[in-house]
Amino acid sequence: MSDEEMMEGGVQKKFCYVNRTAPYGTVYALESLEVVLIGAAFEQDVSVIFMDDGVFQLTKGQDTAGIGMKNFSPTYRALEMYDVEKLYVSKESLEARGLSEDDLLVDVEVKTAAEIRDLMEEQDVILTF
Amino acid sequence: MLHTVNKSPFQKNTFESCIKHAAKGSAVLLIEDGVYAALKDSAVSAKVQQAMGDITFYALEPDVNARGLKGKVMDGINLVDYAGFVDLTVKFDRVQSWL
Repeated sequence: MSDEEMMEGGVQKKFCYVNRTAPYGTVYALESLEVVLIGAAFEQDVSVIFMDDGVFQLTKGQDTAGIGMKNFSPTYRALEMYDVEKLYVSKESLEARGLSEDDLLVDVEVKTAAEIRDLMEEQDVILTF
Repeated sequence: MLHTVNKSPFQKNTFESCIKHAAKGSAVLLIEDGVYAALKDSAVSAKVQQAMGDITFYALEPDVNARGLKGKVMDGINLVDYAGFVDLTVKFDRVQSWL
């Protein structure tokens, strides 16, 4: 397709971002967030999945004053404004980490591994971080 | 000996390898993503509790707070600040950094 067609916004794909990495220890979580926002800016149909250590990205009460890094967790609360509203969290991953939905800073849908598998099958594009 | 661990125990086997090789009387300091081993009621917390008899555990508080784990650290893990980190390196004759 030509650039012009893209500009007219005719093409919308289902983009799924899979977050499997804890924040701060590596740069993956922050990079993922940037790419999610880019997908949203191009008006794509965005889903974001948090599983394995990725669930730690959403913990409430992050305070990075002592480590000299930017606390980017408030940005997850702003995703709604970019029409990124499909946030899914792995049930098994929460349980293995002693966490519950109440420990998370945004409203999410908790899904089992089987449900996440089905969700992944529906996507046009999957990007994992 | 003082051991430091900076990887999540849910993602890598670094923590497990460390406690398997840490001698009685040694200390393990959890830093960066290593602090997730300090979480209570997790899939690895039983392993930490089991090792507590022989090993003294510490976690770097700024890393705990950055990750929103304040109030979620299991009993028996000592929180230290950066000055406490330095004190530990002085107290023990050697440091092994598990990466």
